[in-house]
Amino acid sequence: MAAGLDPAQGLSGPRRGARRRFGGALWRRPWLKGLSLLGPPSVAFIAVYIAALAALFVSSFWSVNAFTGVTVHTWSLNNFRELWHGATYHTVALRTISIAAAVTVTDAIIAFPFAYFMARLAGPRTRALLFVLVLLPLWASYLARVYAWRLILDHDGILNWSLQKVGLPAANIAYTNTAVWIVFSYIWLPFMILPVYAALERIPHSYIEASRDLGAKGGRTLRSVIIPLALPGVVAGSIFTFSLTLGDYITPILVGGSSSQFIGNVVYDTVNQSSNLPFAAAYATVPLAVMGAYLLIARRLGAFEAL
Amino acid sequence: MEGKGTRIGLGVWVVLVLAFLYVPIVLICLYAFNKSNVQSWPIPGVTTKWFSPAIHNPDMQVALWLSLKAAALATVSALVLGTAASFGVHRFRFFGRELISFILVLPIALPGIITGMALNSYFVFWKVNFGLWTIVIGHATFCVVVVYNNVLARLRRIPGSLTEASMDLGADGWQTFRHITFPSISTALISGGLLAFALSFDEVIVTTFTAGAQNTLPIWIFGQIRLGQQLPQVNVVVFLVLAVTIIPVALAQRLTRESGILRTE
Repeated sequence: MAAGLDPAQGLSGPRRGARRRFGGALWRRPWLKGLSLLGPPSVAFIAVYIAALAALFVSSFWSVNAFTGVTVHTWSLNNFRELWHGATYHTVALRTISIAAAVTVTDAIIAFPFAYFMARLAGPRTRALLFVLVLLPLWASYLARVYAWRLILDHDGILNWSLQKVGLPAANIAYTNTAVWIVFSYIWLPFMILPVYAALERIPHSYIEASRDLGAKGGRTLRSVIIPLALPGVVAGSIFTFSLTLGDYITPILVGGSSSQFIGNVVYDTVNQSSNLPFAAAYATVPLAVMGAYLLIARRLGAFEAL
Repeated sequence: MEGKGTRIGLGVWVVLVLAFLYVPIVLICLYAFNKSNVQSWPIPGVTTKWFSPAIHNPDMQVALWLSLKAAALATVSALVLGTAASFGVHRFRFFGRELISFILVLPIALPGIITGMALNSYFVFWKVNFGLWTIVIGHATFCVVVVYNNVLARLRRIPGSLTEASMDLGADGWQTFRHITFPSISTALISGGLLAFALSFDEVIVTTFTAGAQNTLPIWIFGQIRLGQQLPQVNVVVFLVLAVTIIPVALAQRLTRESGILRTE
């Protein structure tokens, strides 16, 4: 062990000396070390991701020549004017945002009692087990889970079969917006449970005791102490549930119907069918603006510390 | 503290939510063994006859190979960039430090079509041909944060006194890294790498904008489900993908107590 502990002992004097000098040089100039660590990831992110976001924004002001199909690099607000006056685009944007909001609220309602149980009632072993059980579906294949719901909700799927067994009429929710709402709530639920759990777990027990000592009953303690302190966790989770729903177009295709188009579907079709990249970019700035506003509000509610 | 009724109520809720989370997953596994080629419930019988044609499907194999290559390359890039960023943010206090965490999480926190559409416009602008490397760049952007969060959480838990002790005993920077820092972050690196791999292997939305005419495995599956073609084979592939993605995540979970994307500690 001791012999293998220091590989440098085997090195000849000058090489080791050079390494020491190099290490010393870095030690005396911490900014150099910081630069070499943070430089590559920062440059990579700015050169690729931030520049790409900028390209998206800039190209949304361009247009495509209808005859030649070549992108015209002149600035104009035509794309945004077309979006503003197109009733279909309003309907689609409104549908996307409403379903994203509904999914977020649904997930918050489902997640809160679950996270409460995990953080405050479960023993350490149960808690660890629940943590893994919530985490696994988050990482399990997205398509597999959406496809599973297609099989469940289908006309001769397990849902209608179960309803028939208990003597209820068949629920025809396959390929509707209801199906889209259910499936999104299902897919993103773990993203809500985990931050809410983390926020609830951080509440010191003494706060709850203090509330009780001051005469608050269970409901009052929940309303005035626990929920306000868990709110940053809920908001942190909602960033994911809201944003991921906003930017998805696979689930609406697989489980939605003819009137389930999302912003993403229009963007994707515009790129692939009419190759009108500038118009697609203009429409993609709608969820970008919505998320920008949402992130600003979330920051004010203290969600970033919980993220 | 809570009344007995509340406790029972919450317990029932937990069981119901777990059922909600796992019934679809169990169902997908059952359908892979469906004897009939009609996808209805209940399945008439159990068979493994779809496994062989599914595994030997040439289109599926091409897509799988592309997915594996893209995920491996994206994971390596994410490991390098994510680890460097986490060391920098951990060691140094500087203006804009919070901004780095924020920018790294953006590709996941912003809607998928924005990342996809942005990269698509950018590649078209530079006249880059879509292919393996554009997929890798797309995946690496949202995989970095997974490695970053895992390694940063670990670095915060290593007591600074260990490094100081090593330096006091005469070790140089490299030796300290080799014998102290690296062994204590190695499991976080493995776990971050496994999660990044799983994330990349499963991604559809950004990929459809950066893959051009090529099919990764998720794009192939998506196309088959959408068109309703070869569904018995799709059931098998989806089941195998599910099994294969769960294993690295379960492993990663054993190595650290991190969730990967979300900071839960």
